[in-house]
Amino acid sequence: MPKKQASLLIGTIKGGFVLDAGPGRRSWKIRGPFQFGQVVNDFRLDPRDGRTLLLSATGGHLGPTIYRSTNRGRTWTEAKRPPKYGKGRKAARGEQKDTRGLAVESCFWLGPGHVDEPGVWYVGTAPSGMFRSTDGGLSWRPVKGWNEGKSWGKWNLGGNNVTPGGAIQHSIEIDPRDRKHMYTSLSVGGTFESFDQGKSWAPLNRGVAKIFPGGSPDYGHDPHCMIIHPADPDVLYQQNHCGFYRMQRDATEEWARVGRKMPKKIGDIGFPVVGHPTDADTVWTFPMDGTQKWPRTSVDGKPAVYKTENGGRSWQRKDKGLPRKNGWYTVLRQAMCADDDQRRTGVYFGTTGGDVWASRDGADSWNRIAEGLPRVFSVRHAVFR
Amino acid sequence: MIVHVGSVLYSYTGDRPSVEAKGTTLGAVIDDLERRFPGLRFRIVDEQDQVRQHMNVFVGGRPTRDLKARVKADEEIHILQALSGG
Repeated sequence: MPKKQASLLIGTIKGGFVLDAGPGRRSWKIRGPFQFGQVVNDFRLDPRDGRTLLLSATGGHLGPTIYRSTNRGRTWTEAKRPPKYGKGRKAARGEQKDTRGLAVESCFWLGPGHVDEPGVWYVGTAPSGMFRSTDGGLSWRPVKGWNEGKSWGKWNLGGNNVTPGGAIQHSIEIDPRDRKHMYTSLSVGGTFESFDQGKSWAPLNRGVAKIFPGGSPDYGHDPHCMIIHPADPDVLYQQNHCGFYRMQRDATEEWARVGRKMPKKIGDIGFPVVGHPTDADTVWTFPMDGTQKWPRTSVDGKPAVYKTENGGRSWQRKDKGLPRKNGWYTVLRQAMCADDDQRRTGVYFGTTGGDVWASRDGADSWNRIAEGLPRVFSVRHAVFR
Repeated sequence: MIVHVGSVLYSYTGDRPSVEAKGTTLGAVIDDLERRFPGLRFRIVDEQDQVRQHMNVFVGGRPTRDLKARVKADEEIHILQALSGG
C-alpha cells in the first residue's frame, strides 16, 4: 500500500468499509467489512496523525462501543472504557434532569479534538450526551458540563433515540484557533456554544425556524448537521430540519436562512452540509423532499447535489452523471464529505440504498464508485500517512 | 459452574462457547467473567447495572434479569442474544 493513501471511510448498518483511491482518484478499491454485523454510525481517521482510526459500533444486542486501529484496519482494539453515563435514577419522560441514570444506546458522532491536543476525541451519543477521550479513543469520560449540566433536561426535548433519527448529539466542532471554543448540536434541541471547553453552554439558535410552535425562541430547534467552515472559523453553516442556514459568527448571533434561495420545487430540507477546503462561500448540500409526508428522498426521484459559491445567495444544481429518474436517494448527515483538493475538490456521498458516489471536479460530474453496500450512515474522507 | 455464551460474545471469550466461572449470584459470576475476559460484562450489563434489553440470561434453565439471583454450584448459566431485525 502506498505511503500516503487517500481513502473514504464508510460506516454502514452492517459494518465499516474502506474505499482506497487509485491514482488521480480515478479508481477505488474496497476493503472490509470491519466489525461486520455491527451498526457503524461513524468511522474516522485522526487527521492529526493520519494513523489512528476510530469506529463507533453498536451491536444489536451488545450495546455501544468504540474500536480503534492504528494499522489501516488490519487489527482492532476495543475501548477499555467505552462511553458510559453516570449512576443515577432514570426519571419519567420529560422529567429527566440529566444523563445520570440513563444508558448510552449509540455512539453516533465521532469528532477529533483540537490540532494542539493530540489524542483528544469527542463522541456524541444517544440519548443526547457527549464524551471526551484523551488517549486516542481507548477510554472515554463524560463532558459533565453537558451531560450533567443544569440545562440538559430543558434543552433535550426527547425523541425516540433510535439513530440515525431521534434526539442525538452530533456536530461537535472545535474552533481551530481556540480549543476551548466549541459547538455542538442536538437533534430536537438546537445548536449550543461553549467558550470553556464544554464546562458551560449557551444556545445559538436565533433566526432558525422551529418544528413546533411556542416554547422558547432559544432552543428546541432541530439541526441535522452544523459545520465550522474549514476555510473560515467565523463562518458557520447548518442544515436544519427547517431549512439551510448560514451565520457570520464574528458579526452576529443570528442565523440567516440562505436556503430560501434554492429553487422552490427543490426546497432546502436535508441532512448534510459540506464546506470547500479553502473558500468559505462554497458549500455543498443534498436537498431532499420535505413536503407533506416528509419522504426525505431526492425530489421527484432525481438526485442532485446543490452548490453555492457565494455563501448561499445563489445555488447551482449538480446532477451530471447521477440518475435522471428513479433515484430515490436519502443521504444522511455524516454521509457526505469533501477532500482537500483546492482546485478540483473531490465531493462524495453515500446513500441509504448502499451506493457511494464521487465527483473529482467539485460536484460538476459524478461517478458511482461502490454499490450494494448496506445502508450507508457515514462517508468520511481520510488521508493515511 | 459452566457458563454458555451466545456467538456474539465469542470475541470476548476467545471463541469459546462455554467457559468456567465462580460466584454465588449471577452478578458475581458475571464479575468473575469480567476478570478473565475484560470488556465482557459491559456487553451483558449496562452502566446502570441492568441486563441489556436484547440479552437473555438463564440460570439453571430459569430466565432472569436479576443480578442478585442465587446461583448453585451445579447449575449452568446461559447468556444468549435475542435474534431480531434484518
